[in-house]
Amino acid sequence: MHDQFEEVESSLDSVSLRSRAWSSLKADKIAFASVVIVLLLIFIAIFAPWFAPKKPLYQYPDGLSEIGAPQGPGKHFLLGADQNGRDVLSRLIFGARVSLTVGVVATALASFIGVTIGAISGYLGGWVESILMRLTDIVLSFPILLFCIALIAVTGPSTKNVVLVIAFAYWTYLARIIRSQVLSLKEREFVIAARSLGLTTPQIIRRHIIPHLIPTIIVYSTLGVATSILIEASLSFLGIGVPLPQPSWGEMISEGQKYFQSAPWLLVAPGVTMIIAVLAFNLMGDWLTDLFDTSSMGVKR
Amino acid sequence: MSRWIVRRTAQMLAVVWGVMTLAFILAFIVPGDPARMVAGTNASPEAVANIRHQLGLDQSLLTQYMHFLGRLLRGDLGVSFALQNQTVGSEIWRALPFTAILAVAGVLWEILLGVPFGIISAYRPKSFFDRVSTFSALFGLSTPPFWLGLILLYFLAFKLSVFPLNGVGHPLIWYLILPSFTLGVGGAAFYSRIVRTTVINVLQSPFIEFAQLKGMPSGLILRRHVIRHALMPIVTMIGMDLGYFLGGVLIVESIFGIPGIGQLAFRSISTLDVPMITGTVLVASVFMVIMNFIVDVLYTFIDPRVRLQRNN
Repeated sequence: MHDQFEEVESSLDSVSLRSRAWSSLKADKIAFASVVIVLLLIFIAIFAPWFAPKKPLYQYPDGLSEIGAPQGPGKHFLLGADQNGRDVLSRLIFGARVSLTVGVVATALASFIGVTIGAISGYLGGWVESILMRLTDIVLSFPILLFCIALIAVTGPSTKNVVLVIAFAYWTYLARIIRSQVLSLKEREFVIAARSLGLTTPQIIRRHIIPHLIPTIIVYSTLGVATSILIEASLSFLGIGVPLPQPSWGEMISEGQKYFQSAPWLLVAPGVTMIIAVLAFNLMGDWLTDLFDTSSMGVKR
Repeated sequence: MSRWIVRRTAQMLAVVWGVMTLAFILAFIVPGDPARMVAGTNASPEAVANIRHQLGLDQSLLTQYMHFLGRLLRGDLGVSFALQNQTVGSEIWRALPFTAILAVAGVLWEILLGVPFGIISAYRPKSFFDRVSTFSALFGLSTPPFWLGLILLYFLAFKLSVFPLNGVGHPLIWYLILPSFTLGVGGAAFYSRIVRTTVINVLQSPFIEFAQLKGMPSGLILRRHVIRHALMPIVTMIGMDLGYFLGGVLIVESIFGIPGIGQLAFRSISTLDVPMITGTVLVASVFMVIMNFIVDVLYTFIDPRVRLQRNN
């Protein structure tokens, strides 16, 4: 009864987004779990030194057996040790820091570029739109991964390059989506009213267009973090990701691949961690999509 | 309609030109002296200068650019630096069949897994099948492809010896089952989600209700109306994926040891073989642009609404 009341109220008033979010989280266990996992991951990444049971870079002599093989999961090393005797769990925890930072920064950058280009080309139209959209087409049809590999081969692997490369690959999607939304937004009454009041184009875009794009930006940023984590892993797999010895999940998989016939946990642990993280971000993205979907607001399915 | 095709073709050519220019810039970003690469490390300075002149590298940037475009228009991708006496074209031609078969097989997996799962889920939303299929789709989207490839390789090829471990052999398709599956899983997951949403919407639309009311058998409704609508949005994705895969799928090719375009490109980057880098990058983008174009044109045939829009 209480929930129903809240839903009716929310369809009338957009301020109660928070209460709608809360009630949908209470109803949807999977969405709830995904939000908890995402928050937990962020928390772990920030306070990595507190959570990690051991030092992520230290090569423990007892991590290797007498013949030099890595120790399996056990009491001493919860998720086993790697080929250098380092603790896998601690590396995963510090890896969360690297993977999430790369994901968030790259997505923020991509969103900034994508929203700017999408909003400008959608709002202005004409030749500006033609040029910007053809530019987007060119980048979209260019084999980004190869281009990035070549770029990183030149500049050398660094965390900054990985972030730039991912942002360069992802902004095009956002630009296209934002543009199509702006195309319909600019015909709405409040934009026409703002224009007839004499507001300048930058003012209209900043004050009246961008606020309406925020739900889309939030949804695609959440999904973008998931995508970025996967791309970072691919780059690390090819040996051009975040430079050693910093632990990132992708780097752990690509290192573990060499030894996994004798030490399968080196491949399983980072892989499963990454799937859980990416899955959580994707599910949270789905939940946010439903939450912001104004067309189904207040309508029970 | 014809005006639309002319405009679309002009756009395509503009994008191809942009891609060529980007490839030219790429060749300049790559470090190292190409003339020195061709001449070998022990060549005398005169020999290097001679080769530089032969390659036209001593001319102005603009001349080189025009020269580059002219060569490309004649279909000449140049000669490899690293592999002596091999043209870039012939190398790409040799790698293309592997990549092409892998790409088609990957797309087949996407369609064969994605479409049926999406349709069945849509017919029974919130059922057990739907929940399992929705969750596996999300799982497929969230799994790094190379990790999946390695795990499949470990269990099915290394442990159980069901499939060959790596490389290519005879019959080729046998060696491409695991790679193409690895390639297609992500797309299949994505397709099933799109198809599910589309079909749920279609099933609620008036014309389906009408078909049911006039007594049309549900099998016929499925074949004649539902599948057609379900395929509509994924035609774009099939085209894009095919274009993307044809450009070489580096990671899958390198895990499974397939000598396709992706591997060729990766090797050419590590040996700084500039003509080969630009050649593979160009071929990959041109595939993408052409597939994009084909999809756009196809739409006018599939969807009467689009045709109507473009006639005006």
